Amino acid sequence: MAQFVYLYRSGARSTEWSQSPQQAQEAMQRWMAWLKDLTEKGHVKDPGHPLERSGKLVTGRARTVIDGPFAEAKDVVGGYTLLEAADLAQATALAKDCPIFELADGTVEVRPVMSMG
Amino acid sequence: MELGDHFFRRESGRLVAALTHLFGVHNLALAEDVVQDAFCRALEVWPFRGVPENPSAWLMTTAKRRAIDVLRRERTARTFAPEYGRLLESEWTMVPLVDAHFGAAIGDDLLRLMFSCCHPRLSEEAQVALVLHVLCGFSVHEVAAAFLASPAATQKRIVRAKKVLAGSRRLFDLADEDFIARLSAVHRAVYLLFNEGYHGASTESAIRVELCQEALHLAAVLVEHPLTSTPATLALAALMCFHSARLPARVDGSGHLTSLFDQDRSQWDRHLITEGMQLLDRSATGLNVTEYHIEAAIASLHTCARSMEETEWARIVNLYDTLMVLRPSPVVALNRAIAIAQYEGAERGLDAIDAIEDRGRLTTYPFYFAALGDMELRRERRDAARFHFRTALALARSPAERMFLERRIAACDADERVCLARQNGE
Repeated sequence: MAQFVYLYRSGARSTEWSQSPQQAQEAMQRWMAWLKDLTEKGHVKDPGHPLERSGKLVTGRARTVIDGPFAEAKDVVGGYTLLEAADLAQATALAKDCPIFELADGTVEVRPVMSMG
Repeated sequence: MELGDHFFRRESGRLVAALTHLFGVHNLALAEDVVQDAFCRALEVWPFRGVPENPSAWLMTTAKRRAIDVLRRERTARTFAPEYGRLLESEWTMVPLVDAHFGAAIGDDLLRLMFSCCHPRLSEEAQVALVLHVLCGFSVHEVAAAFLASPAATQKRIVRAKKVLAGSRRLFDLADEDFIARLSAVHRAVYLLFNEGYHGASTESAIRVELCQEALHLAAVLVEHPLTSTPATLALAALMCFHSARLPARVDGSGHLTSLFDQDRSQWDRHLITEGMQLLDRSATGLNVTEYHIEAAIASLHTCARSMEETEWARIVNLYDTLMVLRPSPVVALNRAIAIAQYEGAERGLDAIDAIEDRGRLTTYPFYFAALGDMELRRERRDAARFHFRTALALARSPAERMFLERRIAACDADERVCLARQNGE
């Protein structure tokens, strides 16, 4: 088994899902069901954390600190999950059922964790 | 931790109410934003970190933090709850006040918001739309779907209603002298919401059941609070329990609407019937007999009967007589006539229909003609029956009603064949 990181990216916050309390709850339950299914199949090493959309960006040799203009960006990392899969092909296939694709600009970046070997 | 199917919806009303109390009714939109934000965070965090042990408290805390941010950011630009006035302006007093506010009885805020939504300047339809939207967390689209209205028209109605609501600035005060009058407006709105689900035009059974559930939930809020738990409230809650108990049998195995006459009574919800009985018992205090008491008593006789034949029709007719005194209407008179037809035969039922004074007002109501058709069929006047069922069919408001009436027409034909066969066999 190899390890992979899913980076969940999307534009505007998941407000598309929270048009009403019922829609928000149903979207949440689809996320939970998806992660539960992956967990039961032994793929989830660490469910990871959601990330705030705002923060600071430290940049350049001068270590300039700027406010992350993340809130407006189209591809903000909203969270990550660490998982195990046989290979990149399987990890990629598993990502296809992620509810993030219900959002117009949702993406999952699948990145293999570098191995020591 | 398993969440109920409508957990967010339930929490939504409580949170909006608490925030509206704090922000002032004129800042309802701001309160709604904060609540939406709290749900958004739950949606982002819970799948990864698990549902918290006390999800209600989690949402409340999240909304509270956000409310403090909003108060800090906006306090120079807006005025908030007039009753808190300057306390919200200073950092020293604001945070403890918000803390105390969210620790206090949110149930009261929910009731006060419910009373606020039933503002006398709003039509009953607007009150119900507002209650669904603000207290039950239905989006404009969900409200529109429930009432088979266009989203644009619903949006307009809700926006207009919110303006009236905002005019009061503060939530309805339960100690107000208008309390009793407003409570009956609340009863009517809750019952209207329930009836929209039970008889309404919306064809999707999921929506209909949801509306009934929301009405039951609001009634439960009224029953729980000592101020609003009046005999009329208890009777209304009982009535809705009895009707809800029959919901599972209203549609048969193949998705057809079934009348009370043909329902599989084993499918009726025993739990709700018991609850209804308890509420009806509790409602029998005081001197005031309301229409809800009578309707609940009628519904209880139906739900307790093992069959159509074993129903106490004489008592039901008597109760309808009382209801005609309390709240006369052509529909009540029609239901009385239907009960008479059961008790004394179709002829007497038809006489009773003939005697309805403002019968003209029933001529757009499909079940008026359906009742005529049923009575004619029972006295074997199949052509007249068919004619009435066809008239009803032309008035039907939904595919389910149409299908129901088509089957009644088919029943006339089948009845005829049975009779012919019987005659030929002789």
